[in-house]
Parts: sequence; structure tokens; C-alpha cells
Amino acid sequence: MGNDVKIDVAYVAELARLELTDEEKALFQKQMEGIVDWVAKIKEVDVEGVPPTMHGHEEVNAFREDEVRPSMERELALANAPARTGDEFKLPKIVEGAES
Amino acid sequence: MEFENTIGLETHVQLKTNTKMFCGCLLKTGCEPNTNVCPVCLGYPGALPMMNKEAVKLTVMSGLMLGCEINRHATFDRKNYFYPDMAKDYQISENGQPLCIGGGVTIDTPAGKKFIRINHIHLEEDAAKINHYAAHSGVDFNRGGTPLMEIVSEPDMASADEAIAYLTALKEMLVYAGVSDCNLEDGNMRSDVNISIRPAGATALGTKVEIKNMNSFSGIHAALEYEAKRQRYNVAHNIPIIQETRRWDSDALETASMRSKENAHDYRYFPEPDLVPVELSEEQIEEWKGLLPELPEARRNRMMADYGLTEYDAEVLAQARERADFFEAAAKTSKNAKLLCNFFMSDVMAWFNAEHEEEPQTDAEAAARLSALFNLSLDGKINGPTLKELLPEVLEGEIADPAKTVEEHGLGAVNDTAQLEEFIRQAIAANPKSVADFKAGKKAAAGFFVGQVMKLSKGKADPKVVAPMVNKILSALA
Repeated sequence: MGNDVKIDVAYVAELARLELTDEEKALFQKQMEGIVDWVAKIKEVDVEGVPPTMHGHEEVNAFREDEVRPSMERELALANAPARTGDEFKLPKIVEGAES
Repeated sequence: MEFENTIGLETHVQLKTNTKMFCGCLLKTGCEPNTNVCPVCLGYPGALPMMNKEAVKLTVMSGLMLGCEINRHATFDRKNYFYPDMAKDYQISENGQPLCIGGGVTIDTPAGKKFIRINHIHLEEDAAKINHYAAHSGVDFNRGGTPLMEIVSEPDMASADEAIAYLTALKEMLVYAGVSDCNLEDGNMRSDVNISIRPAGATALGTKVEIKNMNSFSGIHAALEYEAKRQRYNVAHNIPIIQETRRWDSDALETASMRSKENAHDYRYFPEPDLVPVELSEEQIEEWKGLLPELPEARRNRMMADYGLTEYDAEVLAQARERADFFEAAAKTSKNAKLLCNFFMSDVMAWFNAEHEEEPQTDAEAAARLSALFNLSLDGKINGPTLKELLPEVLEGEIADPAKTVEEHGLGAVNDTAQLEEFIRQAIAANPKSVADFKAGKKAAAGFFVGQVMKLSKGKADPKVVAPMVNKILSALA
């Protein structure tokens, strides 16, 4: 990532389905730019030959065996649903196949 | 102007595991809604995914079969999108470092063999199922978190037929190796189809259209044929082809634009912090390679060489793994594998294909019994009709030792020439009218005498041996 990282708060908010006022957009834009600039300090370090790191440790292959474990009680799973329809989580009517 | 199609497929294959990709919930279709769910597959904040090793193994095995290079260091990413089929608002997938890279499948086309390249295979989790009702929709998370392997082809296919040939070849291999059931009705194998057209011979690709989530081969074929026509029509009438996602309407038999939200495909991928990389050692890959069955094409060629089978017989056998295993187990102890194969292809396969109250036996003992029975026939110890008569009981296991049964029930073939001649003379003496018919030129009368000899021998003579003897003796009388 050698290029300057730019952030567009209005666009990211739209992607994240967040409704922001113009004042909020301006405020967050300034704050986020500050964060990006701060993180960009890493560029001052010579990382030639250092592989990208995703974690703070070197563990690999954290596998689980393919063994069935008990699931939750359905009533418990549905208890947090704002609304339910039968035994499913209820949604407003959505157009079939619009995403995924 | 002549146009050619460019078709590429992204095929999602549900892996045959007991549990989900990142949690221990049971993986099973047809369960009551939301019964196989837990904090991980419901996307609760703070719940941590744990990777199913079996899913990694099956993906690597698929890659090895398809000639892919196996990535020694694979990583997982978050694909962010907002839709109620994914409760945590991101799908765990592999964006930059998938498990398998390259490879491909050879298909048959009218112009000969064609190699369809694979770009990569990555592992991801399936979304939940949304059911649509009159006034609202509902989510069932039982399917959420199912391990999916996405096989992404290069745009190497030029027709709907080639796309189906590619999918058929993939399906055969994956089912053969036990990687997936590839059951299309259950949605085990779903494809996103990309198609564009360009002037014949051009190198630049045209504007592509994607048709998503197709789960039937006939639907994919019809949708591709429709799109190929629609795009040609647009070009001929100066209507622009828009890069978009379209939906196949299987009732109207046409594709329709899905006006998806702008920016919907900016997934903002980033590394999944909750999963550590997968690093595969040479030993691990070799171990999984050892679990692969011999593929149909290699097996066909080997069986032709080993047993002298025809290409057709070898092909039919190789396509049905259990049948081929059973045949080969029997062939090991057979005195003539080629003749056993002829018998196997006709009578044994017919028995397999018929209805049975109990599951047909195909274990090593059943194979040994079949071979022993057929060897009796090869040695002339039983005749053809007896062979066929005993076959079902031998396969079902009611006859444990065919030689013993033949001996105990006196089913052995009568091969004693003197005995057979005696039967023929008896038949001639008892049926002067048929002898007269034969003398008058009715050659068919000979068949009547063969039948009489079979009766006199209580079915133990071999009609193939008796017929020429009857002819010889009758002709001598004339």
C-alpha cells in the first residue's frame, strides 16, 4: 500500500447504511483523516522484505475437527429477534435474489 | 458480423462435512427452521469462528483433482455487505490468498477436446436462507455458515453446451471423490454465470452480464442461449449492453435486469482478524492426495489395459465407482476377466439396476462369490442357464460357496458326450414325427430336439454343446 490512503466518510457511511448529517460527515471526515494520517506513520519505517502481518502472533492452522456440537435452543435463538414469523426471523418484504 | 460468446462460471459447491464452516452446528437439509444455529452462525458480537479442518481438506483434495497449485499459505478475509441473509454483515471468504490456484477441466466438444482453465478455488461460508411470504420475508439460519467452495473458471467457454459440459465434468469428479453430493435440487451446486459477446476473432472482451445463483443445468443452458441472442440483438439494433446483474426468469424464459444498488459491489475486503492463516506442509498435502480415488478417465484407461476391456465397457464401469470397485474385486480371482466383464455388463449390472428389498451386497466376499460362480461356468462345470439362475442368490449372499451348492444340488453341467448322445437318441426315438420334419427340410426341428435333451438332462446340459451334436446325428439319419 504505497499510495496515500484517502477516506470518503460520506461514501463509507452509505456502504455501511449509516445516516449521517452534513455536520457529522464533516466532523468525522476530519477525525478519520487524522487517524489515517497517524497510521500512515508506519510508512516511515523501512519494511522491505517484511511479509504483511495480520496478527500479533505467529500461530497458524487453528483447526476444529468436524464433530457436531449441540446447537442453541430455538426459542433462545429467536428471543433476541425484534419480530418473528413462525420459527423464522421476520423481515420486511424483500425482493427475491436482490443480493448475495 | 459474426459474433462469438465468452462464458465464465463461478460455481459454489457445498462441501460434504458433518458440521458448518466455523462452528459445530449440524449440517443437514430439511430440518425445522433455526434449529441448527449458535452464536457463531447467528453472528453474535464477540462469537469467534473456529475453522473446520475437513472443509480445508475437501477443498485441497478438489484442487489436487483439478490440477490446481495448492497455496501453502492461505488466508481469510471479510467481505462486507448488508443484507439479512448474513447476520454479522460480512461473509468470511478468501480474497487474496485462496487455497487453490490454476488448474482446469478437459471437456468434449464437437470439435474435439477442450481445456477449460480454472482461475482459483476459494473457501467461504454460505449465507442463510430467506423465505418469501405474501406480506413479509423470514430468515432461517440453518444454512448459514455452510462450507462452500467457489470454483472460478476463466472465460474459456464459447457456448451453453460447453458450459454444461464443464459443469457436468466438475460434478462427476466432485461426486466421485466424495467431496460433495452436488445435489442440484438441494442447492449443493449453484453457479453465477458471466457472458459477453465479441466480434469473432477479436481479442478484447465485450461487456459482460452476470446471471446469479442458478441451480439447474437446464436453466443455465437456457439462460445462456437467451443472453447470447439478446446481446446479438442489442448490437444489431445499436442498443448498448450494460454491465449488470440479470436474473433468469424460468417462467417467462428470459433474463431480466436486477436494478441493484449502486456501490453494492464495493465489498471493502479486509483480512479476517479472528482467523489465523492456513499453512499446509508437503506431508499434509501428500496425505490428502493419497485419499483421492483414481479418476474416471485414468481408471478407464487402466481397466482397458489390465483386463482387455473395450473402451465402452471401461467407460461405463469407470463412471460408477462402486460398480467398478466390485468388478475389479471379482476380476482379481477370475480366470478370465474379459469374459467376466461381458457377463458383468449384462447380467450383473441388470441385477444392480433392478429393484431389491435389501441393499445389494458389493463387499469383498460378494465379489469372491461372484468370481467363484463365474469360474465354474468358465470351467464348463455349470451351463449358461444355471449361471444366470444362481446369480441373484450368489449376489444376495444366500449361496456362500457356489461350488458346494452346485455339487449338493446336482446342478453341475452334463458334459459327458456319451450321456448326451444317449439323451439325443432317446429324444429321436420318442419323436418320429419331428425326425420326419427334419428330413423334409424343416431345420427348425433341430431346436425341438435340443429342448428335449435339456429336459432329459434336467437342465444341466449346455445347449451350446448339444445343438451341434443334434445337428450331426439328425443329418446322419437323413
